[in-house]
Amino acid sequence: MNFTSGQFWTSPITYAVFLPLVGVLVMLLVPRAQEDLHKGLALVTSLLAVAMGVYIHTQFDYSNAKSLQGVVDTEWIEFIHSRWIVGLDGIALPMFYLTLLVVPLCIIYSWNHIPHPGNAKAFMILLLVLETGMLGSFVAQDLILFFVFFEVVLLPMYFMIGVWGGENRQYASIKFFLYTLFGSALMIISFLALYFLTKDADGNLISSFDMRLLSANGRHIAEGTQVLIFGGLFVGFGIKVPIFPFHTWLPDAHTQAPTVGSVILAAVLLKLGTYGFIRIALPILPDAARAWSPVIGLVAAIGIIYGALCCLAQTDMKRLIAFSSVAHMGYVMLGIATLTDFGINAAIFGMVAHGFITGMLFFVAGSAKERYHTLEIKRLGGLLISAPRMGWILGFTSMASLGLPGLAGFWGEFPAILSAYSPASPDRATLFFGWSQVAVFRGFMVVAAIGTVFAAGYLLWLYQRVAFGTPSEEFADDPHIHDVNGFEWAAWLPLLVGIVVLGVYPNLIFHITSPAVSQALAAFGK
Amino acid sequence: MLANQFLLLGAVLFCIGVYGVLARRNGVAVLMSIELILNSVNINFLAFNAMWARNGSPAHISGAVFALFVITVAAAEVGVGLALVLMLYRTRKSIDVDKIDALKG
Amino acid sequence: MLLAEINLENLMRWAFVVPLIMACSFLFHLLFSKKLQKRFGEKAVSAVGVFAIGVCFVLSLAIGVGWIQRVNSPPTGAAFTAAEEACKAPYGEAGAEGHGTETGGATEGHGGETKTEAPGASTEGHGGETKPEAPAAGHEGAAGIAPGESASAALLTQAEGEGHTSEAPAGGETKTEAKTEAPAAGGEGHGAEGAAAEGEGHGAEGEHHEVAPVCSSVTWFEIGGMKFEAGTVVDGLSAMMLVTVTLISLLVHIYSIEYLHGDVRFTHYYAFLSLFSASMLFYVLSSNTLQMLTGWELVGVCSFALIGHWWEEKKNTDAALKAFLTNRVGDTGLIIGVIITFFAAGAKSFNVFHINEYALSNGADKGLLFLGALCLFFGVTSKSGQFPLHTWLPDAMAGPTPVSALIHAATMVVAGVYLVARMFPTFFVGMQIGVGGNWAPVGNYVAIIGATTALIGAGLAFVQYDLKKVLAYSTVSQLGYMILGLGVGAWTGAIFHLFTHAMFKACLFLGAGSCSHAAHHTFDMREMGGLKKYMPITQKTFLACTFALSGLPLMSGFWSKDEILAGAAQGQGGKPYMVMLVIGLVVGGMTASYMTRAYRMTFLDDYRGHGHPHESPKVMTVPLMILTVLAFFATFLNIPKLLLGGETSSLAKSFGVRFEHYVQPTFIFPGEELLKPAPFNVIVAGLSMAAALGGYLIMRQYMTAGIAKGAAAKPGIARGIYSFLENKYYLDALYENVIRDGVKGPIARASYWVNMNIIDGMVNAVGVSARKVGEVTYKYVDQGGIDGLVNGTGAVSNEGGQLLRRVFATGKVQQYGAWLFGGAVVFAALIVLFVK
Repeated sequence: MNFTSGQFWTSPITYAVFLPLVGVLVMLLVPRAQEDLHKGLALVTSLLAVAMGVYIHTQFDYSNAKSLQGVVDTEWIEFIHSRWIVGLDGIALPMFYLTLLVVPLCIIYSWNHIPHPGNAKAFMILLLVLETGMLGSFVAQDLILFFVFFEVVLLPMYFMIGVWGGENRQYASIKFFLYTLFGSALMIISFLALYFLTKDADGNLISSFDMRLLSANGRHIAEGTQVLIFGGLFVGFGIKVPIFPFHTWLPDAHTQAPTVGSVILAAVLLKLGTYGFIRIALPILPDAARAWSPVIGLVAAIGIIYGALCCLAQTDMKRLIAFSSVAHMGYVMLGIATLTDFGINAAIFGMVAHGFITGMLFFVAGSAKERYHTLEIKRLGGLLISAPRMGWILGFTSMASLGLPGLAGFWGEFPAILSAYSPASPDRATLFFGWSQVAVFRGFMVVAAIGTVFAAGYLLWLYQRVAFGTPSEEFADDPHIHDVNGFEWAAWLPLLVGIVVLGVYPNLIFHITSPAVSQALAAFGK
Repeated sequence: MLANQFLLLGAVLFCIGVYGVLARRNGVAVLMSIELILNSVNINFLAFNAMWARNGSPAHISGAVFALFVITVAAAEVGVGLALVLMLYRTRKSIDVDKIDALKG
Repeated sequence: MLLAEINLENLMRWAFVVPLIMACSFLFHLLFSKKLQKRFGEKAVSAVGVFAIGVCFVLSLAIGVGWIQRVNSPPTGAAFTAAEEACKAPYGEAGAEGHGTETGGATEGHGGETKTEAPGASTEGHGGETKPEAPAAGHEGAAGIAPGESASAALLTQAEGEGHTSEAPAGGETKTEAKTEAPAAGGEGHGAEGAAAEGEGHGAEGEHHEVAPVCSSVTWFEIGGMKFEAGTVVDGLSAMMLVTVTLISLLVHIYSIEYLHGDVRFTHYYAFLSLFSASMLFYVLSSNTLQMLTGWELVGVCSFALIGHWWEEKKNTDAALKAFLTNRVGDTGLIIGVIITFFAAGAKSFNVFHINEYALSNGADKGLLFLGALCLFFGVTSKSGQFPLHTWLPDAMAGPTPVSALIHAATMVVAGVYLVARMFPTFFVGMQIGVGGNWAPVGNYVAIIGATTALIGAGLAFVQYDLKKVLAYSTVSQLGYMILGLGVGAWTGAIFHLFTHAMFKACLFLGAGSCSHAAHHTFDMREMGGLKKYMPITQKTFLACTFALSGLPLMSGFWSKDEILAGAAQGQGGKPYMVMLVIGLVVGGMTASYMTRAYRMTFLDDYRGHGHPHESPKVMTVPLMILTVLAFFATFLNIPKLLLGGETSSLAKSFGVRFEHYVQPTFIFPGEELLKPAPFNVIVAGLSMAAALGGYLIMRQYMTAGIAKGAAAKPGIARGIYSFLENKYYLDALYENVIRDGVKGPIARASYWVNMNIIDGMVNAVGVSARKVGEVTYKYVDQGGIDGLVNGTGAVSNEGGQLLRRVFATGKVQQYGAWLFGGAVVFAALIVLFVK
């Protein structure tokens, strides 16, 4: 079988995406009371999806990572010219793998951590539906298809927060849902505009949602129009990222979501936004990207400092980690804003690294919550005494999160800062007093570098207050506080190992992404 | 003519039974009234049987067989009914059927 | 087969195994140490660490020896070109994938092309590069280097052996000398060979030929078609650092067996010691700035973990956090500096040789280099405890004492000095060190900061009562000295000082630890005193190293310090750095003075503490003795030629300035016409001796007169100065109370307030108003209008239902029966009436 293109029913991508749904169908037939069976079924399903991923790995031609592979292009919704087009290239592949990895880990972690009010069946079903949505978003090469998967993700997450969340779950879930939906509305308008406005070189409307066609022809749209369309995408994807100032749904959603929900939210969902920028907004609308890039850079730089400052003010561990996501995604967006090889590779690396690291942090926070029944930083302390291994894991992950070289976080941060030194169109004037882009971006570079200090600050202060010292009296002899258990190890080890391996040998990701990014940047004529 | 009188007797018995069922408040009396209705039916069965048998019908005993069935079922019915009334008495300390209006909408 | 590959040449290429061994040791500790400790006790845990670092030390020594041989018979011609290419690994090309071996292959090819075939064949296909090997081996045998001897001893013997055979005055060999050297070294036909190769490769370049470092690299990652390498560089500087780091680390590993005996986290301690050694070795071997950044941060983390070793106490964790965060502040500079130099190097390269070569090239953008050097130096400022970011270093003394000796005196804190030394051409051009004069056009930032740090560090050392803090401020001051040395262009002096300082300062710290071990874990000198009687070995080693630090003649500190001062006196570009010289002399006096104070308070008079102090066991005192011996013998590593009978005497040729000869790079480095080496300066030496003596006498007078106690109580200027010093120039107050608390407190809270009330407020306001609009619509339009209709229908059916319910649904079965019966009657009537 030729992996470069295939039929719907023979493509491994199809199976990887829809296997979770098959699992859901089976689980619907099993009575609710058989919780262990449900967990087992969910795990097996997600592992089967992983197996498909491994198969794709063996089939994928890494020397040709720049082009789409495993393309399936068949009829779907004919009367709006939307087709079922899926495929993987060097940009999508890391995210695809990330999703495949994170979901089984979440299921393993949930094994004895099903949050209140229980009901493993529904919880697992939601997880699997989420997986289908996420995988579909990363493989979709048609705007409508992408949009559908993008929205599929929304509902399970809404229920996950709304049903299994904390005290304030109603507010958080509604806010998450409406905010994201609002972004989606603008996004779909932009998609429609692309459909109606994109012409090919001869001036004929292409009337297609096919991203490949749009990327090839998007540049023919007048720049003013491009800028407007980009604006819609900017808000739509930006909310999901989330970039400053559209970030306020994030802390609430994260804080209220159950642990696994937070992990998936941080590890994969946020990446849908940045992935959208790299996959859709930049290649299709290159002129607009150039015009918008200082703005993106600005909100990214603000996000970095601002997220960090908000972290410093937090009294709740989970909320702190949530705000740190704002800062970290700022680095990702900064990389994207530069429109350079370095920047966008850094962004993709940053997405994966953030998935590993922040996912891990949320896992630890969840386990801490389970033991202490609170995450109020003031009341914690002495984690290294009560649960030494967990304490060390938290320390390790904090170090990774603050961008320590040799661990994964660094490779998302440093090249992004580096790329800001010389953005793609350095001499272009910006809205900011007419300064050139290179001047503005160097400013962002300095701000981003200072952001690393803040990152160290809030993470280490967190660590000092949570892990160092001796446990407070209320928790000193609490028998519930035990060290990392087997399921936790099983769920965490892959992430921990991944953080080290990616940190030591970043080429694992860079050699996949780099050719594809160069291809995507071809639209910028350099 | 002969059948006529039997049918008349049946009709009278039926009317007394219906009256009893609808009007009596005592649950046991209601049951007894139901017995009357059933027996009026039995009389009809036998009357019609006697009428048709004389004409040499092959099913000359089917009316009597039906009557026997009804008697059997009636016996069972009384058993169940009395049990119900007994339970009713145990739970409500009364067998007044007017007070049993749990079906009220 | 593999064994045949093991020789010094290849060892230098495989230098990465040294940090790798320590990394493995770390992993081992991480995974198995706890079990090991449970089964076999602490000894087994420390044995693993000691063994690993011991192996590393031996390997480092071998690498050092290999380097010495390479300098003695450097690769020339094609071999030189090959080595040069390996170091300046071109970007965007495949190749140089496998480390070492493939570089070797490349070399071989080059060797084959030129006339170096004969030696190539004689050494079994090692190619041109291994040409020095054969003579070297013979050499080694002749000189009789005993393996396992200490670093300086090995260097020394090697130097001696070197001297006997022939060759080379300092400052690089000339062509003719190289020619004579080869036959003297004992290879047949090598002389002609070498000359031929040289004539071909270097004849045109003049008499100065460079010794190329041994480099090897692998592809680390690739972005946008560019390959980035990770590699190792072995040259004099890194070989010296390897030996220093492994030596001190080995001694600290041994010392800690006793010092940390019974500690709650014995295994953690050894694990982090291993990780630290691995990171530090990785750092000094790195071939590019990105790798250096990695090592730089990793040692920072180990420092964090080890300072906070006893993290139950908030004081310690505060110190750890302060150290890490202060370093992080400096790191922003380092990150930006790395970025600027990356782009400055034209070819977009992290490779230090590319950057340095660019800096030395004619077309270099001086402004950009200045900016890059300035940013890099900001990183140095924090890591090497330079003013104004030195404040973390004294606090870092919260960690266990051996850690202070290893990390915060001998190795990690000199990472900054090493950075400047490694990228010296960048600083040389960027900071315009070569222009000379006290105030170079752009301000010789390096020298100025170095001098300032030396001065303020020394000042602060006077008011400390904590023995370790005295030493810590002394370290700050001495680090300033090194930076000053680099700033005035005394490269060798600064690096030699780094080396000697590592020896005697580590010894002082370990000595302080020994005292505290004896005096019930206090470092307060007011509770010590009179320890001379109880712990003679500690006292003697401490005194010797105090001499070395104070710069008494014959001790190593004197020579290294003097070279820096001589460099300042000579200056660059014909202009002396007089201000730096004066500050250097003053600091020398102050050093002698505060060390006198510390020594007297600790060891003389009567014991003021409680309990009975006792001498530490051998496992602690032996490292002290070794370090003391080294602190003394390091003297002979770099004896000025003047003392050996001047430039031309044969003694000077073989013994003089060996350190400079072997350590100072010649490859991509400012040549003699740019960077003038400073000869021994009798006047400066005399002045420095006088300053040290003066400092000693003043302090002695001061203490015996008992003025010390009164200083704090005295009114006027003395009191003012005292409290100014006691408050550490109020820098801590500025950093902690104003900046840190400011950011943590009001600023962070304000941001969060903005977040919750303005940004989120807007979101919520949108939500609330949307709901209001919704309510209005709902109430009047929907509920009143549209729904009214619907509801009307509903209401009618409902009312009807109610009526019917009241009539029919009484719940009385009899009524139901009646209705049923009635219905049946009606039905029957209808049938009767209408059915015919």
